[in-house]
Amino acid sequence: MAQLSYRDAVSAGIAQEMRRDPNLVMLGEDIAGAGGVFKTTVGLLDEFGPKRVRDTPISEQAILGAAMGAAMTGIPVIAEIMFSDFLAVCWDIVANEMAKSRYMTGGQVSVPVVIRTANGAGSRFGAQHSQSVENWCMMIPGLKVVAPSNPADVVGLMAAAVRDPDPVVFFEHKSLFATKGEVPSGEIVDELGKATIVRAGSDCTIVALALMVPRALQAAERLAEEGISAEVIDVRSLVPLDTQAILGSVSKTGRLYTVEENPRLCGWGAEVASIVADEVFWDLDGPVVRITTPHIPLPSAEVLEDLALPSVDRIFETVRDTIG
Amino acid sequence: MSTEIEEPGLYDYGQRAARLPDPVDRANADLDIPVDVRLDMYELQQSLRQFEKRAYDLFMENLVKGTSHLSLGMEAVATGFGRAMRPDDYTFATYRGHAHTIARGAPLGPVMAELLGRENGILKGKGGSMHLTSVEHGMMGSYAIIGAHLCIANGAGWSAQMRGTEQVAVAFFGDGTTNIGAFHEALNFAVIWDLPVVFVCENNLYMEYTPIDLVSAVPNPAADRAAAYGLDRIVVDGNDADAVYQAATSVFDRARRGEGPSLVEAITYRHGGHSRADPGKYRPAEEVEAWMGRDPIPMYHQRLLDLGVSEAELGAIQQSVAGRVDEATEFAKQGLVPSADQLFVDVWADGGASWRN
Repeated sequence: MAQLSYRDAVSAGIAQEMRRDPNLVMLGEDIAGAGGVFKTTVGLLDEFGPKRVRDTPISEQAILGAAMGAAMTGIPVIAEIMFSDFLAVCWDIVANEMAKSRYMTGGQVSVPVVIRTANGAGSRFGAQHSQSVENWCMMIPGLKVVAPSNPADVVGLMAAAVRDPDPVVFFEHKSLFATKGEVPSGEIVDELGKATIVRAGSDCTIVALALMVPRALQAAERLAEEGISAEVIDVRSLVPLDTQAILGSVSKTGRLYTVEENPRLCGWGAEVASIVADEVFWDLDGPVVRITTPHIPLPSAEVLEDLALPSVDRIFETVRDTIG
Repeated sequence: MSTEIEEPGLYDYGQRAARLPDPVDRANADLDIPVDVRLDMYELQQSLRQFEKRAYDLFMENLVKGTSHLSLGMEAVATGFGRAMRPDDYTFATYRGHAHTIARGAPLGPVMAELLGRENGILKGKGGSMHLTSVEHGMMGSYAIIGAHLCIANGAGWSAQMRGTEQVAVAFFGDGTTNIGAFHEALNFAVIWDLPVVFVCENNLYMEYTPIDLVSAVPNPAADRAAAYGLDRIVVDGNDADAVYQAATSVFDRARRGEGPSLVEAITYRHGGHSRADPGKYRPAEEVEAWMGRDPIPMYHQRLLDLGVSEAELGAIQQSVAGRVDEATEFAKQGLVPSADQLFVDVWADGGASWRN
């Protein structure tokens, strides 16, 4: 067991897999010599050498195209897209090529690629470097989508993503990079499609992802002081989605809150709400409530960005005021 | 005072001069290409021509749904490159990919069945004309959105480089692709990593319905940009299989020696429109007529006769191909439509489509 930052867990997770599989390679902008603009790939060039850890030009289509072509010819690849916002400039390769090739070819093509990307707000970078775009990926059949909230999950889910034979988009949250947590020693391999109940409770279920998980936990602490027992679920993986964990919890508590950093429309919580309404409607004691960023581009000024994202206060107050 | 404004017309199709083909270079008959290779290339061109003519007939019978993009008139490009490849090389094609798929040895029956949307199609009826793929033949896919597959071919070349196999990845694309960003990203990337990739522009003079010279900064949309990436300017007669084969052999050798990528522009012409929906009326009649007179197949037929091959031997090849196309047609027509459960097969590596528990 060791204390690792979320940032160092990224490189630890990659290193674990590159030691295991000598064929595994990675590429991206500034990942080798510079160790990544977020310092998430520090040390990998030294350990694995320039053939396996390669810097690229600012050419996102070329990066993901190279990743796909190598993967479909037998070389698994971890590709970095520096900011998740930049997925928009290579979206054709993600959404139309990687995601669909297996299906379109009757199962002939396999694309074992992990696309790592820094996601989310909190750095005051403004509307083009702060978005939470996991819902972009969630809506494309053929993509798996994970977004860990803590260092141990970063390592374990990185291993699961690398070992998965399908394309996985791995969202690393910028505002979590400096956070620390216990990471077990030895090889860690987690499982895609498994949510975690990070706090048990009986009055309501709060489902959260990535940066929203620690905020939901803090809100739950304050709710406890008010006599409200909140169960908090870290979704971790949007595709596959652990609906059983969510449905089981909601059936028990009778209340569902989703906490989503994405802008309002078509956020992942809308799908969760729909599934809960379809399948455990009669277990609900009140309406499902979504706590999200409003449907706006993100502003850069601290006070405005903080207002936009679901805060501990907003989660706490929303639950307290609506649980009835 | 006249208020009429005379506009020169950026897209003045009607006034545009026909772009006529250069004459056949007679010296290509003297290239050092063995007769058995030439006979093989004749047979392949016959296969591509007869297969696609049959495909067209089947559209007219409404047996093929959706769209399709034929290479009729452009067969020499797929033939010259296809025959210069090693069996383990990689092909990446566009939606106009029937010829490139067959050129790698994919069986005619399952390819035809795919066009008909049948369960015995090469993609089980789930990809169709624009996505033909046969991984076992090195045909790594037909990519229907312009540009991406040049970048993907880089990845296959990178993989071959890492594995030390001396395989080459070849990306075929149309003239229109040279104006999208991915073309430029792919070329720069291939050069800086010395990738064994050959980029082949099949310049058929039209970007869908628009003359390529009206929308490109340079007359030869691929070759004139090679210098920007430190590459040689290579233009080849895309209607002469021997010229294409010669150029292909040369750039493949370079790639296998580890000297990096090449960009080849093959000038050709499609006999029909862009796709099934397009009669191609935007092309000047004299231009179409001149290019029909530069049909690669009768030219190659005559060249083989000049080289001493008998009319009887060439006739036998044509007959044999016709028989195979008939068999392929029958195979396709006999195929079942896909069963409903195919809908949920092969989204994921486990064979299924589940996204939740």
